This record gives sequence, structure tokens and C-alpha cells, in this order.
Amino acid sequence: MHIVVCIKQVPDSAQIRVHPVTNTIMRQGVPTIINPYDLVVLEEALRLRDQFGGKVTVLTMGPPMADESLRKALACGADAAVLLTDRFFAGSDTLATSFALSTAIKKIDAEEPVDIVFAGKQTIDGDTAQVGPGIAKRMGLNQLTYVSAIRSLDLGSRSIVVERRAEGGTQVLTTGLPCLITMLEGSNVLRRGSLPDMFRAARAEVTTWNAEQAGVEDITQCGLRGSPTVVKKVFAPKPRNEKAVLVETEGKSDAEIARAAIDALFTANPKLEAEIPELVLAS
Amino acid sequence: MAEHFDVIIVGAGMAGNAASYTLAKAGLNVLQIERGEYPGSKNVQGAILYADAVERIIPDFREEAPLERHVIEQRMWMLDERSYVGSHFRSENFNEEKPNRYTIIRAQFDKWFNRRARDAGAMVVCETTVLDLIRDDTGKVIGARVDRDKGEVFADVVLMADGVNALVGQRSGLREEINPEHAALAVKEMHFLPREVINERFNIRDDEGVVIEVLGTVTSGMLGTGFLYTNGESIALGIGCIVSDFVEKRISPAQLLDTLKSHPSIAPLIKGSEVKEYAAHLIPEGGYKAIPKVYGDGWLIAGDAAHFVNAAHREGSNLALTSGRLAAETIITLKAEGKPMTAANLKLYRQKLEESFVLKDLKKYKDLPETLWRNKQFVTTYPRLMAKAAESFFRVDGVDKLTKEKDIVRSFRKARGVLGLVGDAVKVARAWR
Repeated sequence: MHIVVCIKQVPDSAQIRVHPVTNTIMRQGVPTIINPYDLVVLEEALRLRDQFGGKVTVLTMGPPMADESLRKALACGADAAVLLTDRFFAGSDTLATSFALSTAIKKIDAEEPVDIVFAGKQTIDGDTAQVGPGIAKRMGLNQLTYVSAIRSLDLGSRSIVVERRAEGGTQVLTTGLPCLITMLEGSNVLRRGSLPDMFRAARAEVTTWNAEQAGVEDITQCGLRGSPTVVKKVFAPKPRNEKAVLVETEGKSDAEIARAAIDALFTANPKLEAEIPELVLAS
Repeated sequence: MAEHFDVIIVGAGMAGNAASYTLAKAGLNVLQIERGEYPGSKNVQGAILYADAVERIIPDFREEAPLERHVIEQRMWMLDERSYVGSHFRSENFNEEKPNRYTIIRAQFDKWFNRRARDAGAMVVCETTVLDLIRDDTGKVIGARVDRDKGEVFADVVLMADGVNALVGQRSGLREEINPEHAALAVKEMHFLPREVINERFNIRDDEGVVIEVLGTVTSGMLGTGFLYTNGESIALGIGCIVSDFVEKRISPAQLLDTLKSHPSIAPLIKGSEVKEYAAHLIPEGGYKAIPKVYGDGWLIAGDAAHFVNAAHREGSNLALTSGRLAAETIITLKAEGKPMTAANLKLYRQKLEESFVLKDLKKYKDLPETLWRNKQFVTTYPRLMAKAAESFFRVDGVDKLTKEKDIVRSFRKARGVLGLVGDAVKVARAWR
């Protein structure tokens, strides 16, 4: 079985600063991590491989230094790693990203057929949750999103049964391979690689593809040119000045609570007390 | 089958990286093990980088290392509650082609430095803690055990550059726990401000930097100093005192930092800043007498773990860099001569340290830490007297100058007595000699 796991190197949001003037994220000096949602699917892929045999290939698109995140995945036990890096990919939105990744997965698939593609539910820097589904659509894969557990996998009949979190309950879905899966956080915890795994990861060759090597024919679908999404303005929400007022309800009658709520409103906005009778009269 | 390296280095701080780079560049098979998520992630310093010590390892480091500002001005302030009296030294000579001192952010610098070591061929493993050392029947250190599956790894020699707590050496029974009288606890905040605001407040241009060291009432009678360093777009502000003093005075370090932040000399400099980082760290300040055994059969110690900090001159990173380099050079020499890494042969490391500024400087100030610790008047009474003297001297209030001078002399005599004053002068002179 061949599993591809798409991961993304993101700035550690716990340590991000926002530029006071431009409101943009200041990436300089902010440590990078593997998108936490991707760790969930990486672990699931490793478990499936351990159970059914085969190979896990991790794939990412990013600057050359994104190879650090691939090495971390290798150190946890992934078998191979592919880095898509090219200035033509710079500035990609989710449409262009899913194009580049699906193109690369098609190439990986041609070399060694892919049974399952895993992607994180969403990234913590973009938060769109669009890239995984975008890859599924572009590759015509069966799409299983918000999966909380994989119940069973039958390589003979090439079918998979998963639990999917839906509004109001859990769905149990069956579909055929190949498929794309995104998973919920908390479904599992990423393992800690052994010392020999760490050595293997440090020595591993990360396959690096530029756009051409990844099999991209139409470069206009990549990067800024292939990205219809434009960030027009970034602004920080203004914090409200007023504080919320808590009204004590313990052991009070409804009338008393209503009275306390009205008093609180009038205290916060004294003009209202005078205006309300006028409004009532006007109506 | 467990792997075997020429050298295992524990830690990726200044000493570890200096050794790792030097050894890898010489073609040795190096394994460097770091506890943090990435090299630099756990490393805390003010931080001032002394160019000379880096230059001896990577001569062209200025071209690509992440440096914040080069220091052109040094201020030394003595504080009482409402004033400071001090000296400033600023010189255009520090605006040289190859500046002498820089402010840095360790998380960034160490990451870069370690990258250079990796590029030179060192194997670096992060998020991995060395639990203890592996020894053979004779007690010689032959490897390390880490907190991962199949976590045994072997080497001809292990260099412990694992920082002030020196946990690996302790866990392996090679040394004692650090003495609270020999360690300072420093806390630091990073205050972010736009570059232009920093430049304006400190009267500097571009990437010129200012360093302020303070002592006085801000340490609440404990032996310690405060500091303020300008980075590119942030100000590092911190204060540290000897651990046993904290224990005795029952003052929290955070409280101390708050006092410093609200002091009238400091508050305007950090006004309007955004605090994004709070860090605390131990500094080994026991000096020469607190230095443990730095070599043995199959092992060496460098940097903070070896207590190589010159507290009097606020130097540490340069001692760490130099000791890491000297440890590496010792190993390279022995390896080239085909000699085993026994204590008798590794003694060369100690000799190299004795010949360098590292042990020469520490030896020079060997009595200073204890003298200051036993004589708190140097950080309490004197700053207050100096501030009061300056105020009296500059205040024009109809009192004639001779009377003012007599009052000042009287205030010193009253505070310390004639014998006390002479004694203090002798104590400092002796410890400084």
C-alpha cells in the first residue's frame, strides 16, 4: 500500500507577532512547525503502513527550508519525502496549491500507485480547509473529510470504512480506494521516532522537485498567477471598550433578574432611560 | 547495531556549536544531541556576542549570521529609587568595518550557527535528551543513552556542553549539583518597538546599538545587576541576582523585573512596547573556584556547564565559544596523533584553557564573586550614596560648594565609617587585581 501525506510547514502561531503598522504577520524569527493537524494524518498513515505494509511518502510545497518539516516526518518513520519548491509556486492560494500538489501526487502515483492521500483538516496559518478537498476534486478521488477514526480497510476489495464527524452525530462511511482523507484533531497522537529513525532522517535524501520536475505543464496555474484570491486589506479587530456585566441569578425570581438586567443596561447607557418612554410613546 | 561516532556533543548552545562546527570541519564524525525542538529554542542569554571569539571559528560570520545591532555605546548606571548616576562610553571607533560586539537573539543565532555545523557534516539530533553516559568496565565514558527507542550510541569521547545545570554530568555522577551561591537567576523580557522608535530613544542610527548595565536599589539588597540591550526591533530588559540571595530575601524575580521596568530611568525607554517573551535562566557566576573538573576518561566539559562565565565583565558566550573550540582542537590533535581519549591525554584541554583568556581572566577575578557576595554594600549602599552625592552636587540651592563637599564626605563616612571605606577599597582592589 502506498500512502501520500501532504504536510505544510507553518509559523508557530503561539509565537507569532503582528506588525503594529501593517497588521501583517511578522514571520522573521518566528519558529516554524509542521501544521499540527497534519501530524494527526501522518500518524494515521504510519499506523496503516505498520498494519498493512507498504510505504508512506510525505509531500510538501514551500521554500527550500521546508525540508526541515519533511525530515521531522521522516524521523517519525515516514519512508520517503518530496519537496516542491520553485519561485513559480510563490504566492499560491488554495486553488494554485491544490493544483501543484495534485500534479505532484499524479507523478508520484505514476511511479508507484497511490492508494490513500492524507491531508490535514486545515492549516493553522490559512485556516481555509480547502486544499485537501481541492486535491480530491482535481484527482477525482473519493473524499472523506473530518474523519475521526478509520474503522477498517480491506485491500482485497479496495474499500475503507471511516467514522466522520457531522453535525448532530457521527456518520459511518464506506468508499473505495483511492481516496483522500482529512482527519480531526485528537484522533491520535504522533509517535516519537527511535534514535536510528533520527539518524535515517538526518541522512535521507529529500527529493526536491521544481515545477517542471513535478510535471507542471501550465505554469499559469501556479503561484500568484494561478491564484484568483487577493488579500485586499488586513486589519485587526478593535477591542471593545465596554466590559460585559454579569447579572446574579442565584435564588432570584424572574422579575428580579429582569429588573437587574434593565438596571445594568441603564447604568451602562443612562441616555437610554430617558429615551425609552419617548420611543414607546412614538410607537 | 548501535552506531559509533568519533565525538558525541551534548547541547547546541555556543560551546556545543563551536565544538561541533570545528570538529565537523576537521572531518571528524560528530553527533550533536540537543534537547530543544531546534538548536537555540531553549537557549537564553541577554544577549551580547563578542565578535573575536566567533571570528576564530567562522572568520566571515558577519556576512550571514543573524546579528541585531553592533554596540557603539555602553552605559553603566548606579540607581537609587528615583535617580541614576553613571558613565557612558560611546565612540565612532565602534562603527568599524568589523565591529567588536553585537546584540543577538539566541534562538536565531544558534539556529544559524548549528546549520553551519550541519553543513560542515555534523549529525544533529534535536528533541532528544541524553539520560546518562555509558561507561566501560574501567569507568571510561564510551557513549550516551538518550530518551528514545534504541537510544544507545557510542563514541570515543563525549563533550558535555549541556549548559548551566549540567544535568548529564550530574546524572552520570561526574559532578555535583550547582551551588545556589554560585548561580545567578536572571529574568528577561523582550519589549518590541519599531526600529525608528528605538533609534530615536537611544540616539542611534541604522543598526547601531546601546548597552546599559545597572546596579543599585533595583536589586533590593541582593547581589546582582540589571541590563538593557537594544536589538533591531526589540529591547531586551532583564535583571539577575544570586539564587541564594533570592532564597534569603524571598523576593520573586518577576517582582524585581517590575521594579526595574517602572524605574524612572528605564520606564520611558520601553514605553508603549509590546512584551512578547518572558524568559528565565541560571547564570554560573561562582567564578574560578566553582569550576568543576573539566575532563576525564572519555569526557570533556565546556561552556556554562564548566562554569566559564566572567561575571565581573558580563562575559559568557565568548568563554563558551572559546572553550568549545579548544575542546574540539584537543580532540582533533589527539585523533591526529592516534592517541586514545584518556584523562591523561585530554588534560591537554585544561592546558589550552590555562593558556587562553578563559582561565586567565577567571583566575584574575577568583575572589571577586565571594567578596561581592559577602559585601552587599557595593550594590546597595554605594549606589545610593553616589546618587545622593551627585544630586547634592548639582542642585543649586544657596549652599556653598565647600559645605556641599563636606556633606558628601560626611555621608560616605556615616554610611561606612572611615575603616569601612578603606576596607571596601582594599577588598575591591584585591579581588580585582
